[in-house]
Amino acid sequence: MDALLLQHIDAYYLHIMVLIGINIILALGLNITTGVTGQLSMGHAGFMSIGAYTAAILSVQLSFPFWAALLCGTLAAAGFGFLLGLPTLRLEGDYLAMVTIGFAEIVRVFFLNFEPGGKAVGLSGITEHTTFSLVWLMAIIIIVLNVKLLNSRTGRAFYAIRENEIAAEAAGINTTRMKVLAFMVGAALAGLGGGLYAHYMTYIAPQDFNFMKSIELLNMVVLGGMGSIPGTILGTVVLTLAPEILRVVAEYRLLFYGALLVILMIFRPNGLLGDVRWYDIRKRWFSKKEVS
Amino acid sequence: MFIEQLINGLTLGSTYALIALGYTMVYGIIQLINFAHGEIYMFGAFAGLLLVSVFGVNIFVALIGAMLFCMLLGMLIERVAYRPIRGKSSRLSALISAIGVSIFLSTLMVLLRGTNTTRYPEIIKIQTYHLGAVDLSSLQIIILAVSALLMIGLQLMIQRSRLGKAMRACSQDLDAASLMGINANRVISYTFAIGSALAAAGGVMVGIYYNAVWPYMGTMAGLKAFCAAVLGGIGSIPGAMIGGLTLGVLEILGVAYLSSSYKDAIAFGILILVLIIRPQGIMGQKITKKV
Repeated sequence: MDALLLQHIDAYYLHIMVLIGINIILALGLNITTGVTGQLSMGHAGFMSIGAYTAAILSVQLSFPFWAALLCGTLAAAGFGFLLGLPTLRLEGDYLAMVTIGFAEIVRVFFLNFEPGGKAVGLSGITEHTTFSLVWLMAIIIIVLNVKLLNSRTGRAFYAIRENEIAAEAAGINTTRMKVLAFMVGAALAGLGGGLYAHYMTYIAPQDFNFMKSIELLNMVVLGGMGSIPGTILGTVVLTLAPEILRVVAEYRLLFYGALLVILMIFRPNGLLGDVRWYDIRKRWFSKKEVS
Repeated sequence: MFIEQLINGLTLGSTYALIALGYTMVYGIIQLINFAHGEIYMFGAFAGLLLVSVFGVNIFVALIGAMLFCMLLGMLIERVAYRPIRGKSSRLSALISAIGVSIFLSTLMVLLRGTNTTRYPEIIKIQTYHLGAVDLSSLQIIILAVSALLMIGLQLMIQRSRLGKAMRACSQDLDAASLMGINANRVISYTFAIGSALAAAGGVMVGIYYNAVWPYMGTMAGLKAFCAAVLGGIGSIPGAMIGGLTLGVLEILGVAYLSSSYKDAIAFGILILVLIIRPQGIMGQKITKKV
């Protein structure tokens, strides 16, 4: 199927579509931790790099099959999500943000000095396994699972913690367990995205997962509308396309990108779809049909 | 050897403290992590460089010039990017706006100067004094003295002046302060001006000390300084000073006695350890949650 697509669609567009798919998986993970549960994480790229390196090292040096490597990467990231989730029991708001930044920086410095990962040079020669159809199949599965999760008891508990932690606890939610769980799910998706990314780019280096990458992912979640799945997807599409479209302005690209973030926040402070209520839209559509 | 490393650490730490003060002051009043602060520090370093290399002024004039320039820059950023959002939305959107400003400013400097590192011209003769077994360079003395002076000045201003009183009132309760007739917008604007001026002073001194300025110098310095502010207890001014000095000393000692390739990891490792033991930072007050 991918060969067929390549015949009809320009390779460049296909490349961007694959990146959008990977970013959707990554951003949906961060959306669970930060958007839904309200635990500000600014170190999502740290989990992504753990997933990417674990998967890449396993498949390059120990010649694991692709699926097993991907699974191990996801689990490794989830494990670190659990470890990082533990201090969240005591930390709040910006202290937590700082710990996640610190964690991602420590992970980056670790891989800079990690022999099997090729140190600062990076790890190359990863076999390309991630294809357009695979990424989008995964992305759709993740989107469906996300919708299921957020409509479940657990998902509603996540939202409750964001809205008011004390009230959530009073309502019988085990907030500590839920917060750690939110961190683990977010980290697992980051690890999965990282593994897919490594097997798509065939080359990874520590600077691919720096602080700016974490910020980029956070932007996607906040820009689209915190905690909203359609919002996160829209934010991801906009922010993945923006640098490509802004190639027209060449070296002024990042200048426009920065200004775009400020302007969007001034005019849509709650994100693009942040204050759109799907319930209202659905009601309006259905009532129109009844009238006609 | 140990004392020399300690002095190196204090020198580095006092520049962290200068930057951290800007973070903590802004945070204390409007609960915003001003991500553009690292870039203001970078602009300060470049403004100092411009004054020194083009106009050939001495170090102190360059310091004051850079501080004035960054005051205006800080106030401009606050007016354009933060004030329109304030009070209308969650704190996260202000944070994203700050990140946007940060990307904008560093790219602007890349466009102006390229990504290369620029060396500071030698503007003061670096002499080394021997005090017993300890070597102390004249530059280190200047950095320590200027930082100390600025911090004492800031402390006096916060505690004694009318503006300082207004700032303290705003950090306790912004709404109540405005009801008491304090022009909150103006106080916030001045807070940005003062914080930015301190960061600029840090930028110029770091530029001279390490003999290098480049457009991305603000990113890591900003992160470390934010780390210092959180370490000391964010929102607390003495906390930022202590946090900065502690971080600088521990980082230099870590490099000297452990490993230099893990330099950046040391600062964050310490931070995570401190926060796990003492979640509100060294000087921070514990806030009890109210229902």
